[in-house]
Amino acid sequence: MGGLNSAAVAQIKEICARYKDEKTPLMMILSDIQNEYGYIPLEVQELVSQETGISVAEIYGVVTFYSFFSLTPKGKYVIGCCLGTACYVKGAQNVIDRFSEELKIKPGETTPDGMFTLDALRCIGACGIAPAVSINGKVYPKMEVNQVPKVITDLYMDYKNKEGQSA
Amino acid sequence: MINIKIEGIEYQVQEGLTILEAAKACGYEIPSLCAFNHGECNQGSCRACLVEATGARGLVASCVYPVSDGMEIRISTPKAVEARRRSVELLLSNHNKNCQQCDKNGQCELLHVAQLVGARDDAFNGTHSEVFVDRLAPGLVRDTSKCILCGRCVARCQNAHGLGILGFENRGFSTIVSPAQNRSFADSPCIQCGQCVNVCPTGALMENSEIGKIDAAFKAGKHVIAQAAPAVRAALGEEFGYPIGTPVTGKMAAAMRRLGFERVYDVNFGADLTIMEEGTELLHRLTEGGTLPMITSCSPGWVNYAEYNYGDLLPHLSSCKSPHQMQGAIIKSWWAQQHNVDPKDVFVVSVMPCVAKKFEKDRDQLKVDGIADVDAVITTRELARMIRRSGILFNRLPEEDWDADIMGDYSGAGVIFGVTGGVMEAALRTVYFKLTGKEHDPIEFTAVRGHDAGIREASIDINGTTVNVAIASGMKSAKVLLDEIREGKSKYQFIEIMGCPGGCINGGGQPYVRPSLLPNEDDDILDTYKEKRAKALYSEDERQTVRQSHNNPQIIELYEKYLGEPNGHLAHKLLHTSYAAREGFNEIQK
Repeated sequence: MGGLNSAAVAQIKEICARYKDEKTPLMMILSDIQNEYGYIPLEVQELVSQETGISVAEIYGVVTFYSFFSLTPKGKYVIGCCLGTACYVKGAQNVIDRFSEELKIKPGETTPDGMFTLDALRCIGACGIAPAVSINGKVYPKMEVNQVPKVITDLYMDYKNKEGQSA
Repeated sequence: MINIKIEGIEYQVQEGLTILEAAKACGYEIPSLCAFNHGECNQGSCRACLVEATGARGLVASCVYPVSDGMEIRISTPKAVEARRRSVELLLSNHNKNCQQCDKNGQCELLHVAQLVGARDDAFNGTHSEVFVDRLAPGLVRDTSKCILCGRCVARCQNAHGLGILGFENRGFSTIVSPAQNRSFADSPCIQCGQCVNVCPTGALMENSEIGKIDAAFKAGKHVIAQAAPAVRAALGEEFGYPIGTPVTGKMAAAMRRLGFERVYDVNFGADLTIMEEGTELLHRLTEGGTLPMITSCSPGWVNYAEYNYGDLLPHLSSCKSPHQMQGAIIKSWWAQQHNVDPKDVFVVSVMPCVAKKFEKDRDQLKVDGIADVDAVITTRELARMIRRSGILFNRLPEEDWDADIMGDYSGAGVIFGVTGGVMEAALRTVYFKLTGKEHDPIEFTAVRGHDAGIREASIDINGTTVNVAIASGMKSAKVLLDEIREGKSKYQFIEIMGCPGGCINGGGQPYVRPSLLPNEDDDILDTYKEKRAKALYSEDERQTVRQSHNNPQIIELYEKYLGEPNGHLAHKLLHTSYAAREGFNEIQK
């Protein structure tokens, strides 16, 4: 657990303490950590294990079972391509393949510069606008394969603008 | 009691049983894989035990479905028979079926159940899951291509130790059972006790075999010397069809001699030596104010646990090496000198009920002048394999004695090392004598005896001083005693801890106890096998004329002619060791 700074250790301990009266606190603890940090590395799982008495193997099992939890940091832009039945029928596989090709990463991975994460999602309930893509909560309807490069360029622009504003 | 019907015949059974248990009580054995030991594992995951039952929708997994009053159960209908066969065929469709090369062959429950249900060859063909094989740990091998995800090992690891090294990882077709992050056992805080191997129904978890090393040593013309631990004699017979609890000391010595070992020794001599050293160390600590309580250090699984989890308590561990390491050190020094042999040409093989010993023998802290005390460790099961491949008919062997030059004598105290509480009792016999000048009457200290996990304690009056002792086996029990020490609340002076529940008789290298493969044993064999094996050792103790380690004539001779005093300079160099705290997950680059 050498990799964690004291502020993070304190905060994770605090998150564990929030649910100390729960019978099965693990999901809630992990959800809070995922929301707070964006990922749950092994060091953090060891700390949660120490605080809750739940074995690291079991925690690791839960983290790898649910796609909501992540072991590695997610990118600044999380591109979720819906592969539910309706989207799939409407060509979502081609869309995610194109993202994969443009970004040179597989679904589930993050670009080395930390900008993009590509996720394959099950039905997100937007079948009427299939194939749907959700990027940081914003939904892109009726996505077409040849729109993909422009979406990526726009996201880069968006990032630069934000950088400029904050500078 | 409630009334049920199986195949139309009425039975009365206890309430609260699963269908599987109730059927067993009525004389039916439904095939099952994931269910184990009265619900120690009952995931209902393998689906090999499907039956029809009234009141249930479709087929039910009999290992998790409880019986209820008036229930009618059908095991033999075509629907149920076919469903069980399909379930097993599906398991086999993602299984590495190299049975000829698999060391579990002959004791594989999957193969047994496949035959029972009539599984057809390649009924389902398709993709196989990605395979991971971990051979990095000296004790254990994990091969996911043979894993059926039954969860028995996960349950055993959690139940026996509260550690939970193994868990299910990922989901769906990618699911594997492994230490967190799919790490090697060597890179996780696994104590390599091998309890998971003992419950694995297939060849997914096995000991890391060292038979090849022994073959190589023979080929290289080394002086290959074998020594066998106390607990091995209580279980080796099981591999050759003897009832559980049959001691086979004489046949084992005969078999080992026929395998070509230059000498065959009993580690009981080393056990006696351990008591001389450990008893003396305890006396020093008691009288000169050393770190108390002192904790035994014979179990390498327990030592691993201490180094991973209680680095702050390591000064409590006795500095004594374990018996086979002590004896190995004596073989490579005193024996080699006596026989004019270069220690580098001596190859010591230990036959152990243990897989953690495979790890232990490689420890740098156990080397003397750069030479390891022991060169190869094989389990009771591996010894059986060597006996079989050599064409030796074990049952027809005569009873022979161990080699008796230099280290042939042993006391009854040495024998009982193999059962939880045994090291404690052996030590007490000697410590009592050292403090009072007379032997304890009766010889036995029955208060410390037992054969299961859990904590036992006793207070022994020695010359008006009370010595409080405690015994634990399995890390779940040990943890309680260790936390007391950490909090400064421990009232004990001497604690015995064994890694495996029940001690070495239930070690991770002992023959498998699989009720479905042992038709001649009682139904409750999983409840009684530890007690039966323990009895085999206690009976050998009673048969010995010498019952205390300090009365072993060859031990006395060894100190007079070679070692000098217990805990003396030479004894320290050869027979004592040190420990170091380790970080379980941080040893490799993440």
